[in-house]
Amino acid sequence: MTTESEYTLAELCIAAAAEAWRGEGETLATGIGLLPRLAVGLAVLTFSPDLMMSDSENMLVSEPIPVGPRKGYKPKFENWLPYDRVFSLLWSGNRHAMVGPVQVDRFGQTNISVIGDYKKPKAALLGVRGFPGNTASHPNSMFVPTHNTRSFVAGEVDVVAGIGYNPARFPKGYPKGLDLRMIVTDLAVMDFGGANHGIQVRSLHPGVTFEKVQENTGFPLLKAANMGTTPAPTAEQLKLIRERLDPHNLRATVFKDNPAGDRR
Amino acid sequence: MLNKRLDIDSVIGRLSDGMTIGIGGWATRRKPMALVRALVRSSLKDLTVVSYGGPEVGMLAASGKLKKLVFGFVSLDHFPLDPYFRAARQAAALEVMELDEGMVYWGLRTAAMGMPFLPTRVGIGSDVLKNNPDIKLVTSPYADGEEFVAMPPLKLDAALIHVHAADQRGNCIVKSPDPFFDEIMSRAAKQVFVSAEKIVSTEELNIPENTRFTPFERSLVTGIVEAPFGAHPTGSSPDYGIDMGHLKEYAGGGTPEAWAAYRQKYVDLKDHAAYIAAVGGKEHISALPAPIY
Repeated sequence: MTTESEYTLAELCIAAAAEAWRGEGETLATGIGLLPRLAVGLAVLTFSPDLMMSDSENMLVSEPIPVGPRKGYKPKFENWLPYDRVFSLLWSGNRHAMVGPVQVDRFGQTNISVIGDYKKPKAALLGVRGFPGNTASHPNSMFVPTHNTRSFVAGEVDVVAGIGYNPARFPKGYPKGLDLRMIVTDLAVMDFGGANHGIQVRSLHPGVTFEKVQENTGFPLLKAANMGTTPAPTAEQLKLIRERLDPHNLRATVFKDNPAGDRR
Repeated sequence: MLNKRLDIDSVIGRLSDGMTIGIGGWATRRKPMALVRALVRSSLKDLTVVSYGGPEVGMLAASGKLKKLVFGFVSLDHFPLDPYFRAARQAAALEVMELDEGMVYWGLRTAAMGMPFLPTRVGIGSDVLKNNPDIKLVTSPYADGEEFVAMPPLKLDAALIHVHAADQRGNCIVKSPDPFFDEIMSRAAKQVFVSAEKIVSTEELNIPENTRFTPFERSLVTGIVEAPFGAHPTGSSPDYGIDMGHLKEYAGGGTPEAWAAYRQKYVDLKDHAAYIAAVGGKEHISALPAPIY
């Protein structure tokens, strides 16, 4: 397959994030936020056509809805998914979400509740939302657009909303639903494939060194045995992203100044 | 013939200081805002609110009504953070029982069933347990021996919900594409006060056509208030969408001065009709489109 010589970091990350759902069948794929949502769409239109997706409200759709103004596009509704059913489905484990935590620690524990002291926080965010239940029930991946030591923190996250592989919190073993998969950032793709679910770098985005990723991470990272370079999006993927999934180029707003994907 | 019609002030008159009140809907959808504004204007204090939080949380926090919030999130959706909730939370001005949003549902179900707890995996190993030490664990009595969260009941003194139509006996119709957790919240409550877009005859509820849109049986309902556009500025799909412009004005605040100005303009008004006029009239609300995600 041909590769476009020019693509943006957002496009690189969409293609990388879509890989989270490769090989998955009739499971609910949820991408929280613009980039994960585009990644779900790309996975559905390419290698995982059987995934289920919602319209971000209460309906399931049979093809990804283009983001932004729809200009006459009518969503292809195929079923209903009110919140009551969402809980039933997710507690059964048949969902793989990609979420956007504000903090991640070396165990994969995640925070979207507050920053700072719990009683009198420096910054109140959303609240724990569904993170505790999601992480105890079904596979989760993450997209973190700004990879630095404030997002990938030393020690534990300020509030453990999403659980991770922290043995101190699970002396009797991890819940069977706990399954952390992939982390996509502006620097690299990581997973939990190290010893004892340690976070390892699977691929570095073009032009990024392991040292740079490590410097911007508050805990020691492992290198995957076959650590390589994050593959450039293919021509087919770029066409789908640009013409079908995101025709108004909303992805240009994901990263500051919309940098190129290849930073060599 | 049962007649549960009340006016807004009579609903407030049936509530008292220190009560635990559930507020139906979800974030910016189908919140009983006409009743919430009446709470803001009232002399009630020290309330505990249980909610899938939207702008009502910020309004009640800004007006000093909240002693405690039981929640999984507070969100204005397109404007993700409510400035008044943030300000109150960051000033430690209210107590919080912060739960996974599924635990809120589970706790309401526990209360509705009159159980001391229901087991769940939700919350296990998270700081929800650390920050709520009253929530205990329970071990499965079966061979698996798994440890679960023993979710205690979230008992409500009252629930406030908004519906599309009701009759005076308390039969209701909710036509929204997502009923959310209004049913279970109502079952968890000692009293349920409903605001309805319209109060009609039982026949006009057209139950044969609307069977799947009935949230619960009438015996749950204590009182019904007719409040057309009573969910504004939140949406009440399919009748009207979320008022993004209004929420933007609200979310642009966050200071005591901004709240005072908002309150004067939109809350401290003569009646619900005055509110509808202040926000642009029923033509404006009727024309609000569904949001696009």
